Amino acid sequence: MFSWSTIVENLPYLLQATRFTLLVSGLGMGLGLVMGIVLCVARLSPIRWISRIAALYVSFFRGVPLLVQLLLAYYFLPSVGIDIPPLWAAVCSIGLCAAAYIAEILRGALIAVPHGQAEAAAALGMHPFTIWKRILIPQALKISMPSLVNELIMLVKVSSLVSAVGIVELTRMSQSISAATFRPLEIYIAAAAIYLVINLALAGLGQALEKRLDY
Amino acid sequence: MTSENASSVEITALGKYYNSFHALKNINLSIPAGKVTCLIGPSGSGKSTLLRCINFLEEYQEGAVEIDGQVIGLESVGGRKMSARRLREMRRSIGMVFQQFNLWPHMTAQQNVAEALVQVQGLSKAEAARKAAAALQKVGLGDKTESFPNRLSGGQQQRVAIARAVAMEPKLMLFDEPTSALDPELVGEVLTVIKDLASEGMTMVIVTHEMGFAAHVADQVAFLEAGELVSCAPPAEIFRNPSDARIKAFLETYHARNQF
Repeated sequence: MFSWSTIVENLPYLLQATRFTLLVSGLGMGLGLVMGIVLCVARLSPIRWISRIAALYVSFFRGVPLLVQLLLAYYFLPSVGIDIPPLWAAVCSIGLCAAAYIAEILRGALIAVPHGQAEAAAALGMHPFTIWKRILIPQALKISMPSLVNELIMLVKVSSLVSAVGIVELTRMSQSISAATFRPLEIYIAAAAIYLVINLALAGLGQALEKRLDY
Repeated sequence: MTSENASSVEITALGKYYNSFHALKNINLSIPAGKVTCLIGPSGSGKSTLLRCINFLEEYQEGAVEIDGQVIGLESVGGRKMSARRLREMRRSIGMVFQQFNLWPHMTAQQNVAEALVQVQGLSKAEAARKAAAALQKVGLGDKTESFPNRLSGGQQQRVAIARAVAMEPKLMLFDEPTSALDPELVGEVLTVIKDLASEGMTMVIVTHEMGFAAHVADQVAFLEAGELVSCAPPAEIFRNPSDARIKAFLETYHARNQF
């Protein structure tokens, strides 16, 4: 028999753990977006070595599984005397990895803005900084919005990996409760529902943003 | 109109390369203030490239383009590249209209026109909006100020682009095939606007395939082929009595194409 009471009884614990899922993916997103913009600008820099370093960064963080990156951060940092709490190591790992993807999403969107757009602005005597701010980025943002929302939803799901370094987020908590109650089906259905609600909210937010950016 | 608000352009020994391809070869051309100069020639002849050298959207390697005696893009003839800041200052008084309009799709017609007035000339938003509305009125789009470019026809878009350039009160206007991307029935409205501007005494350089328009509006017509300036003369001479066999051949194919 499907036991609703198991879900109801354990919901407070699941929601408690959901806070960490939100914390890790939320902070990871923030870090990823900021770092991603910086990386994208670096990648498009006319200065060769800056662009090279950004390309190398992207290759590494995109090429190594996030789980391995998390374990590396968890074991490597203390071994060289850097002592940061696991939560921050996890946030950094997720953020640094997301930055690589976000940088490429933004780069693709910027390349998709026709060259004539910046040219028309330059011909009017506009400063390059203004051209980026007023002409290129608003258009690139609209182009990249679907991929960006996709990436952010990915991040929420990927945050389940941080349980490997001892953070009790939604997935880890579900495992513990299943083991204790012998009711894995109910608990994992509840966990799935919580993930779904978070991501539907994100998708809705993205859609609203897309509408606002529409012209 | 005096030369105070119309620039003259002097092009001397201009050479332009794309890597090893010699796109412009020793071009010498005088563009007098307040006059209309049309650049014609077969595609790939370098007329657009020449036009784009005038506001240094294309860098050139030899010779110079001087606007009112001031070399654009370089500190001096054959010298180092001029500072980006100085180039921006020079570009403020040169308007440009593109084949593909290049309107900014995320802004309304009025915002497109007002943008540079605010960002480059430093006008207040209210003042810029007022000036933009007036510029749109002038090109016959007074009722389209709030429309986004994708809601406008090609002809209307190009007229917004002209308003965007003209609102900056340039002393020199460059048109790069302004009607080539338009459906035939929309060409007329854009040419009319350009003709009206020409009658105000602004210096204009127009790359065009509209020979009738060039014959009608130009004070001088420059014919280019394979990166060379073959001839620059009054339109009557170019169109009625071409001195060079290459011009004759070009006009013959043009006429042949327009017969039915």
